[in-house]
Amino acid sequence: MSLLKDGALAQDPWVAVADDAPLPEDGAPIVSLARWQRDRAALRARNGALGVRLPNAAPVAAIADDLDRLTLVALEFPKFNDGRAFSQARQLRERYRYTGELRATGQVLRDQLLFMTRCGFDAFEVAKGDPVSAWANALTDFTVFYQPTGDGRPTAAALRRAGG
Amino acid sequence: MYQYDTIDQTFVQQRVAQFRDQVSRRLAGELAEDEFKPLRLLNGLYLQLHAYMLRVAIPYGVLSARQLRALAHVARRYDRGYGHFTTRQNIQFNWIKLAEAPDALADLAAVGIHGIQTSGNTIRNVTTDELAGVAPDEIEDPRPWCELIRQWSTLHPEFSFLPRKFKIAVTGSPHDRAAVRVHDIGLRMHRNPAGEVGFEVLVGGGLGRTPLIGKTIKPFLPKRDLLSYLEAVLRTYNLAGRRDNIYKARIKILVHDIGADAMAERVEAEWAQLRDGALVVADADIARLAAAFAPAPYAPRSPRSEAVEHARLTDAAFGRWLKRNVFAHKVAGYAAVKLSLKPIDGPPGDATADQMDAVADLAERYGFGEIRVSHEQNLVLPDVALDDLPALWRALDALGLATPNIGLVSDIIACPGLDYCGLATARSIPVAQHLTRRFEDIARAHDIGKLHINISGCINACGHHHVGHIGLLGVDKNGAEHYQITLGGRADEHAALGKLLGPAVPYDGVVDAVERIVETYVRLRQDGEIFVDTVKRVGPTPFKEAVYVAA
Repeated sequence: MSLLKDGALAQDPWVAVADDAPLPEDGAPIVSLARWQRDRAALRARNGALGVRLPNAAPVAAIADDLDRLTLVALEFPKFNDGRAFSQARQLRERYRYTGELRATGQVLRDQLLFMTRCGFDAFEVAKGDPVSAWANALTDFTVFYQPTGDGRPTAAALRRAGG
Repeated sequence: MYQYDTIDQTFVQQRVAQFRDQVSRRLAGELAEDEFKPLRLLNGLYLQLHAYMLRVAIPYGVLSARQLRALAHVARRYDRGYGHFTTRQNIQFNWIKLAEAPDALADLAAVGIHGIQTSGNTIRNVTTDELAGVAPDEIEDPRPWCELIRQWSTLHPEFSFLPRKFKIAVTGSPHDRAAVRVHDIGLRMHRNPAGEVGFEVLVGGGLGRTPLIGKTIKPFLPKRDLLSYLEAVLRTYNLAGRRDNIYKARIKILVHDIGADAMAERVEAEWAQLRDGALVVADADIARLAAAFAPAPYAPRSPRSEAVEHARLTDAAFGRWLKRNVFAHKVAGYAAVKLSLKPIDGPPGDATADQMDAVADLAERYGFGEIRVSHEQNLVLPDVALDDLPALWRALDALGLATPNIGLVSDIIACPGLDYCGLATARSIPVAQHLTRRFEDIARAHDIGKLHINISGCINACGHHHVGHIGLLGVDKNGAEHYQITLGGRADEHAALGKLLGPAVPYDGVVDAVERIVETYVRLRQDGEIFVDTVKRVGPTPFKEAVYVAA
């Protein structure tokens, strides 16, 4: 897996920690929702960055009260065509105003990158293979967008209003 | 009608460029078929039994003459000279080469049409009444709202990987010609007691393996809230719809499992977060769309045409066509004319490239250059001056498009079936052809009256057999094609699912069985009673006896 962020391959400072493994002294751990719910108080009291991996069958409300403390939320695409995390992402960004890293994990295809970005994802665990330029190009396929999402891109309707 | 502006045009051309790149990656071996499949499906390109099939969206069934000519061009240049109009107001080309698909789509993009979201687990082509904007009983023209939904749903970033496909239909008339009760979302425009026009929202209707009639979850939705409410329904479904079993993944199963009340509550909770957000329909936005569908520049005309009266009295064939294929118009002196794509012995819904070109010419000559596609797989010229009807009839007759059988026994809805489709278990088109031959006598067909026969070649029900007055479903019985018969279905405002009559009948016996059913109706009907009403009144027994005992 490679981490794609800000249009480039990036070093991943985060470490996924299994539910029964001890937390690393330093570094940034990503824990499961189950562990987060089990050890919530202790985890919240810890210094440093914290991430939670939210299953796509879990309601976003399960972590809504903790978003102030979380620096990363990882959402899951178990298969590319299981699109629940698109809705979770928009709820996190647009309803709960989450501003930390929102990471797409699982089967992430470059032909979905623009959709994911529009829904609020800003980091992507991608399979090795495609050149970075191909991923960058996937974001520039379109300049016209019909739906308002939280990404701030102007919609076709907004452009028409502005154009009179 | 709505014309693409430079924004829409830029978009659709970018889509073609993206698809061209994907096809070239596939042809170069950089993409495996399983990776390419979801990408081509999102552009309407299926791999069928014999070749690639390209399904092109005709948004809410409205075409300009120029667009119809472009479809004719694609049929001629990239296919075998014909196209097939579907029950979802789309057109399918059955013999497309993969390497040429981007060129075909580029040619269509030049006139503002495309294959986006005609497949895949996405929001599909929004459909409506083929008489929208001209029907006398209309409360409000649904087309501006359909266009609003089209734009909102186009490459929606959140809803492009739904649990399953998603179909939305809209009617602006009390008489429902859009079958809104058998769609994932049905929208029925109506007036509330305060006199405001809004939408009744039905969810969870559908056919396929588990046919269900939609349930009302919002009796009256103000217009300004249409998109935010749709987004709330789609989000609820995207998060909660089943993904473990393709046959349980439509929204109808979710609604059925949790109940319409619980569905309404969930949607309401989601909607509360969205309703005053960026999706509020601005007055200026809908006004802009409504202007695109402003009434045509109709001339003042007499509601009575001497030319029509004369032709009607002197030519029985014209009289039959006038009775069945010509429909009332809300402007005096005009009519809407349905062009039958159901000739005797023809495959339902097919049109040749030459017919398409000719119809485009007729739409300009006898109208304002607009053509509609109906979900019954026929075409419509919506704005014909009454005085022009005799000339138009002669022109259509010469083209083979004046069969006076709209709504009659030979106006059969059928899926492509085993002749084309990889899913089918039985043939549909030949059954339809045999039936049209059996009921070839047009005087007899007129005497039988309104009767919808729907044929599906498999359980997926693309021929909508559940809502046919007579429904035929092809099944495989020990390796031989058989057909289950259902009676009493209908797709209009009295939507109902047909009931199974008895054991499936073999291919060779299905036409006889249908004829015996029709004869039984003719024997039992009371004054003015159409087939489906007789079935309702007398029940299945006499029809069962006719099919299974007499045989």
